[in-house]
Parts: sequence; structure tokens; C-alpha cells
Amino acid sequence: MDDLYRDYILDHYKQPRNFGELEPHDLEALEHNPLCGDELGVHIRVVDDRIEDLRFHGHGCAISQASASIASEELKGMTLEQVGQLDADWMIELLGIPVSATRRKCALLNLKVVRGAVTGDRDWPA
Amino acid sequence: MPPVAENDILIDRGASSGGLAGVRGDFPIFSRSFDGRPLIYLDSGASSQKPQAVIDALAEHLRDHNANVHRGVYALAQEADAAYDGARRRVAAFVGAEPRTTIFTKNATEAINLVAYAWGRANVSAGDAVLITQMEHHANLVPWQVLCRERGASLRYLEVDEHGELSLAQLDAELARGDVRLLAFAHVSNVLGTINPVAEMTARARAAGVATLVDGAQAVPQLPVDVAALGADFYAWTGHKALGPTGIGVLHGRAELLEQMPPFLTGGDMIASVDFQQSTWNELPYKFEAGTPPIAEAVGLGAAVVYLERLGMERVRAHELALTEYMLERLAQVPGLRVVGPPTAARRGGLASFTLEGMHPHDVAELADRAGVCIRAGHHCAQPLMRCLGVSATARASVGVYNDRADIDALIDALNAGREVFGL
Repeated sequence: MDDLYRDYILDHYKQPRNFGELEPHDLEALEHNPLCGDELGVHIRVVDDRIEDLRFHGHGCAISQASASIASEELKGMTLEQVGQLDADWMIELLGIPVSATRRKCALLNLKVVRGAVTGDRDWPA
Repeated sequence: MPPVAENDILIDRGASSGGLAGVRGDFPIFSRSFDGRPLIYLDSGASSQKPQAVIDALAEHLRDHNANVHRGVYALAQEADAAYDGARRRVAAFVGAEPRTTIFTKNATEAINLVAYAWGRANVSAGDAVLITQMEHHANLVPWQVLCRERGASLRYLEVDEHGELSLAQLDAELARGDVRLLAFAHVSNVLGTINPVAEMTARARAAGVATLVDGAQAVPQLPVDVAALGADFYAWTGHKALGPTGIGVLHGRAELLEQMPPFLTGGDMIASVDFQQSTWNELPYKFEAGTPPIAEAVGLGAAVVYLERLGMERVRAHELALTEYMLERLAQVPGLRVVGPPTAARRGGLASFTLEGMHPHDVAELADRAGVCIRAGHHCAQPLMRCLGVSATARASVGVYNDRADIDALIDALNAGREVFGL
């Protein structure tokens, strides 16, 4: 078994959950990974300050796609305030694999996009 | 781990392995291992490894001959002068250029920026055009984008066809429009590997009264290059891809143009005299070398070109051509793998960029690294080209003088092992 490319990572990569477009949506954002030119966008529908539903779209490596897929299941139902407080450790722990410094950007791209859509802060992580 | 065990045991580096005899032994980095695996370095397109002769020349200069140049009267300073000027003569001779028109810069990017600022700002105006190609590295694209935006000029692109090549007919048509002031293009593409017909292109531009700049960063390390015969007004390249150290680039320019151009960076060393309100400029090439130059780096690059000359650039090219042929043949056997660029090795430099169906290039490179195989993944500083190719990224394997067939075999084994991890 590969440390990084575990079965569940590859499963999320090959069959990503909550991918596609969401119309209508209330929030959206799009980010690029400058390292590789990959892009990831999100559509978010908000009801009573909570994420009622969301969809990711774009393309990227197994780590960035699996991270988005795994995070999408957790993000549903969170309040916008909770989302604004999510940090890198939350995502890395959720992913459950050892992420090297170079692949950290891949792993965090989805949270960067979601935080950008929710808080307007596009500079995260500093 | 997937089955990459063959690499653990033994890599055959016999006489039939396609290596330049004895060359690998000149590069001490190959005595390193990574988790017990030998280093399989297939990223020379990004930066080459360094032979002992270059490492020694750098160390010897810093140890025995270090002083600032062009200022000191003492014997040590004169040694430093001799070393720096000697390096310039060697580097110029290596590519058939004159020392007086051979300018040391930080890298190829700075060499191109020098032309974009010093020549471009004086020669490109509103309504003019700069013509580049879709296969340019950002280093030969962004400086022209910035210049054109600033001057109100237009930036136009020669297209890359399905074989990764340019069209001379399109070049003729663009030149016939009469507004092009500069044609800038890569000698060898860092993504496609395409070797462009430099002499034909510069001849057409010259006939149309258009200046030319050639980005030779990928070409000088692997092809015999004769700057005079290629006929470009400016030819830029970098040391670290040509077995030299980082921090040293080269710009060769046509003397008449360099003489007319204002300086790029200003300060010490580039002046003839400085008064309170105005200064006059030093002669070529010093006019374009403001401040203390990269002295030790130049000496290191001088040693690198001597090393390459001893190998012989014809032999280097023949070696890399044979390896590239072998690489293309082996890559074609990997299911789902698509190589971009010219279909035959004869039309390309020593590299292959590819995509692998069902795997992102980053994952391909990460899994190759598990077998000790260093390849690059990403957009290779050529995002517009990636868009033309309809991909967001590729993986790229590039060869150098120290590689042989066993390295290519290790790459293929690593790719197959990676496909297995992904269940392909």
C-alpha cells in the first residue's frame, strides 16, 4: 500500500463527490495553483448562514481532487462562521496522509477556494 | 510499494548502454543515493548537474584568486581580472561570438529583460508589434508583454502546429504586415523539444528589417551553436543548464545595436565617468554589467564550456539524439501515454513532455521519485503553450551528457509502477 496514494484517496480522485456545477448558487470562487496551473472552483448554496450544498469544479492532481472531494462531505451543514475558522491542520488531518511541503498547496487548494468564497479572503494561507 | 525492485539491484552501465564513455564518473552527485536507490536524473532541462571540473574551478577561484575585478592594482586583483576576462573569452569562443559583445547577466531571463528594457524602450512604439511564438517560456514572453503594454504596441504569436512546429509561411505573412519591430523565439522549446530553424527565421526577419532575439537556454547545452552563423541580433542563454553554476547568464548582441542602446542597469563598473548631474558609459561589454559581476560564477561557466568542448558538442548532440530516440520508442510502449511535440527525435532536443491518461503529471512525477527518478511536472513556465496543447500540465523527462539507456529504462519501470498504484 502506498503511503500517499491510499485506496480512499484514489477512490475520491476517480469518483470525486460533489463535483460539477450548482445552479443557482449564492457564493462562488475560483483559484489556480500557480505551481502547476491547476484550477479549482466552487459553487456554494447558503441557507440560514449554513452551507446547504456545494459543488467543486476544475482539474488537478489526485491530492487536490481527493482533498476537495473529502472536504465537500464535511463542509455541508457547516455555518459560514465555522468555515471561516477552518485551518490547514483541519484539512491535513481530514486527508489523513503525510503531505510533503510541495504537495501542501495541492492539499489546501480546496479550502483556499471555499474560504475565499465564504470570507472573501483570497490570501489564505499566508 | 509497487514493483520497482529491478532498480534496487543493479543498473547496467555497460559499454552498450548508450552513455558517453566515462562521463557519469565526472559528476560527483551520482555517487549519492536516495533511500538506497541511485540518482536517476532526468531533469537537465530544468538544471544540469555539475562536473568535478566546474566545482573545482569555482572552489579554486574563491580559494586562491578572489578579489573584485576591474579596480585593483595589486597582483591578486589582476588574477581575478584575468580569470573573469578569460572566462568571457572562453564562453564567447564556445558559441562563435566575440568577447566584446558577450555580456554576463544573472540568467537568461535577465539577458532577455536587458534587451526588452534597453533596446525595446528605445525601438518599440505605439502601433508597432513584437512577434513571438506560442511555444515561448515565460522568460521570453512576459518581458515582451510588459513592453508592449507600456508602449501601446501589440504582441502577436506564431502558432505551433500539431507536430509542435512553427510555420515559415505564417512568419512571412506576419513580417509582411510591416509593423513588426522584433521577432523573439526559442532556439529549442523547453516543453515540446522542437528545434526551430533559427537561421531561416532570422534571415527572413533581417530581410524585412526586423530585429531578432533567440532564447538559447535549452539549445546551448545540447547543440553545437554558432551565434554568428545563426544570425540573430541577440542570443540569450544561461549557465546552470550548461553544466555551469547558477547566477550566470549570457547575452550575445550585435555590436552596432549594443553600442546604440542605453544601459539597462546603472551604477558602478558600467560608467566611463560620473559627474554630479550626468555620467558617460563604459565601453562594451562593461556598459551592460553594472555592479560587481558574478565573477566566480563566470569562472565556473568558463570551466563548463571547456569541459563541453573536450566532449565535443557534435558528440553531445549525437549522444542525446540517440537517447531521445530510445526514450520516444520506450515511452510509446506505455499504455495511455501521449508525447507532445515533434514525432521524430531528429527534430527535437533531448527531452520528452507527456501526459498519462488517468494520472495527473504531478502524481506521475511523485511516483517516479519513489524509484529515484527525477522528472518535472507542471506547466514548465509555458502556460499559454499548455492552453494551445489543451492540457493544464505535462510531465517532462530531459536528458544530459551523463544519462544513458538504463536511466530511460528506470523511467519506464517507474511509470509502469505508477500506473499500477493508480490501478490503471
